[in-house]
Amino acid sequence: MSFNNLETLYRQVIMDHYKNPRNRGVLEGDALTVDMNNPTCGDRIQLQLQVEDGVVKDAKFEGEGCSISMSSASMMTQAIKGKTVTDALKMSKLFSEMMLGEEIDSDIEMGDAEALSGVSQFPARIKCATLAWKAMEKGVNDK
Amino acid sequence: MDVKAIRQMFPILDQEVNGHPLVYLDSSATSQKPISVIEAVENYYRFDNANVHRGVHTLGSRATDQYEGAREKVRRFINARSTGEIIFNRGTTTGINSVALSYARANLQPGNEILITPMEHHSNIIPWQQAAKATGATLKYVPLQDDGTVSLEDYRKLVTENTKIVAIAHVSNVLGTINPIKEIAEIAHSKGAILVVDGAQGVPHMKVDVQDLDCDFYAFSGHKMLAPTGIGVLYGKRELLENMEPVEFGGEMIDFVSLHDSTWKELPWKFEGGTPIIGGAIGLAAAIDFLEEVGMDNILDHEQKLADYVMDRLRTVEGIKIYGPEHRAALVTFNLGDVHPHDVATALDSYGIAVRAGHHCAQPLMKWLNVTATARASFYLYNTEDDVEKLVDGLLKTKEFFGNVF
Repeated sequence: MSFNNLETLYRQVIMDHYKNPRNRGVLEGDALTVDMNNPTCGDRIQLQLQVEDGVVKDAKFEGEGCSISMSSASMMTQAIKGKTVTDALKMSKLFSEMMLGEEIDSDIEMGDAEALSGVSQFPARIKCATLAWKAMEKGVNDK
Repeated sequence: MDVKAIRQMFPILDQEVNGHPLVYLDSSATSQKPISVIEAVENYYRFDNANVHRGVHTLGSRATDQYEGAREKVRRFINARSTGEIIFNRGTTTGINSVALSYARANLQPGNEILITPMEHHSNIIPWQQAAKATGATLKYVPLQDDGTVSLEDYRKLVTENTKIVAIAHVSNVLGTINPIKEIAEIAHSKGAILVVDGAQGVPHMKVDVQDLDCDFYAFSGHKMLAPTGIGVLYGKRELLENMEPVEFGGEMIDFVSLHDSTWKELPWKFEGGTPIIGGAIGLAAAIDFLEEVGMDNILDHEQKLADYVMDRLRTVEGIKIYGPEHRAALVTFNLGDVHPHDVATALDSYGIAVRAGHHCAQPLMKWLNVTATARASFYLYNTEDDVEKLVDGLLKTKEFFGNVF
């Protein structure tokens, strides 16, 4: 592996989300709050969701972690905003399949999150990428 | 010490990872195994496998002789008084837990104190947290100096008549700090406390003489000293072990069993419930043979030179932050600028270099360092200055890569 292989993981769009995270911060008012961490590596995320009538109206996150976990959180919040909870959960399932290296065949638009498909070649980093999605699942399922 | 010849005994090192020759810098997590250890375990399973201590048959005798022979080898290796003081178990974690579950539960009461440090591995923190909760004792911490060492002056102040247990790592798995065990034992004993040592990063790298250190318990793991995973040792002073209840009950550890009561075997077997880790113990004996043939003093000398070298070389990498004291064991924990340690480790892996990244099972220490995670390169007898050069080169390339993508 050389720079080329590293570049399949660390695509420009991923580093952009890491450096300039979307939806980073805290939601005002009523919001679901989920704290989740990856105990094996110390990555940590606090995700807040504002869900109304089965639709994710807003999503914000705070956290600490590597470029993969933080960019994934940024991309995830961007992807699910405005979507129904049902669609958000479908996207999470698709994302997990993508992490297993499976071809995604769906009408649902994953947005920038698709750039993380390269993570499937780095098994040790899959949990970094799925952390934010797992937090979202927990949030809407516990509601 | 002929490191080139030593490396030839470790077949795993001779391979390419991601198109580059493997540079294994994660021996503090687990060491690699020489052919002699692999063959000893293989030969046991191939020719001598049987359960121990109960077979009248020939294989049973062979297995028992090898298993108990391994115990004698460990006793000599750490200079314990008798084999009754050498308990085989699963590793350092199990050893410390045994002391916390048996000795601590029986001897602590409200008002008593357990004294540890913030540099401990979770396995030398959580058993004490649990023991304190169960008994009403208080868990206290000796503060760390700015460079990640402990001060004996602090120990003299903090060890009081209330202190019953002092526990500390021989060598920190994050900072590389080598702690003054003998001096701490003396202070603990002066107030009637016992000293429990987490020796996971000690025994593999230096000559340990438990009588000279005068510690009361010393726990370590085979897999960090060339032996297989799954075998470990708890050394304990006989007078303490004699008065302790077993932690696990069942086969192997009993003397007489009646319907409502039982009695225990003598030491060390009363602490070895169930079929023991026979193959692991035999592998550990072969590992000790290997280490002794190279010589523990030679290994320490080699690693000290390597530690100095790696510190000198890493300091030339702009933006690197190194944690821990100047004088240290052969491991270096660091961060590279703003690049997250997981990203550093993934990048280094792409150049064939294996390092650890994360919190190293030491979250309180990460908090003390004011970081969430770090990267760690750790060295052993088979590592060379060339490995250090490759690490430095890998770090420079990593910086270049992330500099470009950021």
